[in-house]
Amino acid sequence: MTGPGTAAGRGRFRLRASQSRARTAAGFGLAAVALFAVAPLALGDFRLNLLAKYLCMAIVAVGIGLAWGRGGMLVLGQGVFFGLGGYAMAMHLKLADAGPGDLPDFMRLYGQVERLPWWWEPFTSPVFALAAVVLVPMALAFLLGSLVFRRRVRGAYFAILSQALAAAMAIYLIGEQGTTGGTNGLTDIQGFFGYDLADPANQRVVYFIVAACLLLMLAVARQLMLSRYGELLVATRDAEERVRFLGYDPARVKLVAYVVAAGMAGLAGALFVPAVGIISPALIGVVPSIEFVIGVALGGRATLVGPALGAVGLAWAKTALSEQFPAGWTYFEGLLFVLVVAFLPGGLGSVAGLVRRRRAVPAGAPEAPEAPPGVRPGGPPEVPSFLDPRAASSSPLEGTVDGAVDGALEAPAPGEPTREVAP
Amino acid sequence: MSGESGAGLLIRDLRVVFDGFAAVDGVDIDVPPGDVRFIIGPNGAGKTTLVDAVTGLVKATGSASFGGRELLGRKVHHIARLGIGRTFQTATVFEELTVLQNLDIAAGTGRGPLTMLRRRSGVPPVVAEAMEAIGLTGERDKPAGALAHGRKQWLEIGMLLVQDARLLLLDEPVAGMSQDEREATGELLGLLSRERTVVVIEHDMDFLRRFARTVTVMHAGRKLSEGTVAEVQADPKVQEVYLGHAPTAPDRPGGREGT
Repeated sequence: MTGPGTAAGRGRFRLRASQSRARTAAGFGLAAVALFAVAPLALGDFRLNLLAKYLCMAIVAVGIGLAWGRGGMLVLGQGVFFGLGGYAMAMHLKLADAGPGDLPDFMRLYGQVERLPWWWEPFTSPVFALAAVVLVPMALAFLLGSLVFRRRVRGAYFAILSQALAAAMAIYLIGEQGTTGGTNGLTDIQGFFGYDLADPANQRVVYFIVAACLLLMLAVARQLMLSRYGELLVATRDAEERVRFLGYDPARVKLVAYVVAAGMAGLAGALFVPAVGIISPALIGVVPSIEFVIGVALGGRATLVGPALGAVGLAWAKTALSEQFPAGWTYFEGLLFVLVVAFLPGGLGSVAGLVRRRRAVPAGAPEAPEAPPGVRPGGPPEVPSFLDPRAASSSPLEGTVDGAVDGALEAPAPGEPTREVAP
Repeated sequence: MSGESGAGLLIRDLRVVFDGFAAVDGVDIDVPPGDVRFIIGPNGAGKTTLVDAVTGLVKATGSASFGGRELLGRKVHHIARLGIGRTFQTATVFEELTVLQNLDIAAGTGRGPLTMLRRRSGVPPVVAEAMEAIGLTGERDKPAGALAHGRKQWLEIGMLLVQDARLLLLDEPVAGMSQDEREATGELLGLLSRERTVVVIEHDMDFLRRFARTVTVMHAGRKLSEGTVAEVQADPKVQEVYLGHAPTAPDRPGGREGT
């Protein structure tokens, strides 16, 4: 009944850990070379600037991968946090552009605002603005998550709720034209902490900052995914009730991932502003929020780099294809999404795993033929419902009422005698 | 194993009502510490609902206390932290995680944030012991979803072991198991009960005869009978409920009661 000796097992453990560490170091090294050396050399100023924009999307995607891929929370409203970060940054930059004591240009333009609104005041301070970029989205996520997860709102209901929030925020911003810039948003941003954004050299620096932030966020996500917390998060995603019976509060487990994802989206929004020079309701509402999620689904939501690659790929395809066929892009995007959800629920990031498994099968190992296809550790969950990865179907405990289903649904393992019929 | 009822599971006038239907209808049960109590009864007798009520999954009135502490009205995860663990009719393990990860999570409720944010750097001793006890050391790195049904049940029991539950509530632990697996599970129960109080919901009479110390029979939400296996078998009320399934009917002779 016992397996190999524990000492040998421990050795194996250590070996595997060091192997994975070496692989990760290589992966991060490669990514760093690609982002910091290859891309700046191979791409012109215009394309490099586009890449900076795509990498901002990738930062949002890393957070979504954590919250949705590992935590099972379908966050359809990340635009809210992206927007909070973006607006916080843009407000500071607009104030800095205007100069001390002066109003941002648009407030004058619409002619309704004579004094700087009180909630603009603190953004004059760069320190406050930089802190707000991450802390405001995290605080909102904390508040929202505390309310929602404790009430066991999940699955499609959670998705709809988060989406509604994105819609509400966009509508609010449009309504408050005098102080938020309305539909136009905050545009025409000139400087970035004293540097002129029109200068291509400064744009390159912005690109490098974005790339560095992406690598940093990937490192944060990796640590969270591999830690004990990451294991607990997957456990909570797959069997929330079971986690509760072990003595954990699943609401708190989910809250951490949700808040971290919000912080990442806020950071991405803030970086987006100097890279693109604008933040507006159209960039943070329902449609962009869904596009964030589509990128993550394409790349493979439960993997580390899949979401980032998916987001970059999708954003690149959008630019490339909408240049060629301006009208066709939306249809193409929808089709792509349907195809991935239907045929590759683990995203493109799961292809490597699928190939590896297919190759491994003829090599022997008739082991565990009954294992469902979605059970690779750390791999993305496969078949179950898209909206709610494993969550809806994985709570056999909900509403257990003694009686009707009393063990009747339980199929005995193949080859085993059916159990004796009870009294 | 003292008779001091304050330290065991003490259920008084427990009542669970679903839409006007009393699934558990005023039950008193007293499980002394160290006991291995089997709860049996026909489908719909309220056995699982009773366990659901004790673990906080459904709302109940009356009283249920363990170790002198009232359980009703507390949240599920708070009850779990008081040392009450349970398993489910369908083995519920974290299918995508390995055996080791499953056990490590079960062992980890007391961990602080810093420990949680670090990687597991080895196998904690409690986890290694539990893996040995449930015989899954060899399958440590297998995803739990790939385990055979019986082994998933053992993994669940192992999770209770590392969770350091003082009261174990097992809902049909041997359902769907082969004879050998039942045997092993029975021995595991013996091991568990050395330091813990165990309550088992079971349909399998043969298993019950071998491993139960005391038995409570439930019927239609009420307690019908209680006592040792022999006492319960001799109770005419029990025979009436199981009409046609007289207690001595199964193939084995009834003389093999466990200690």
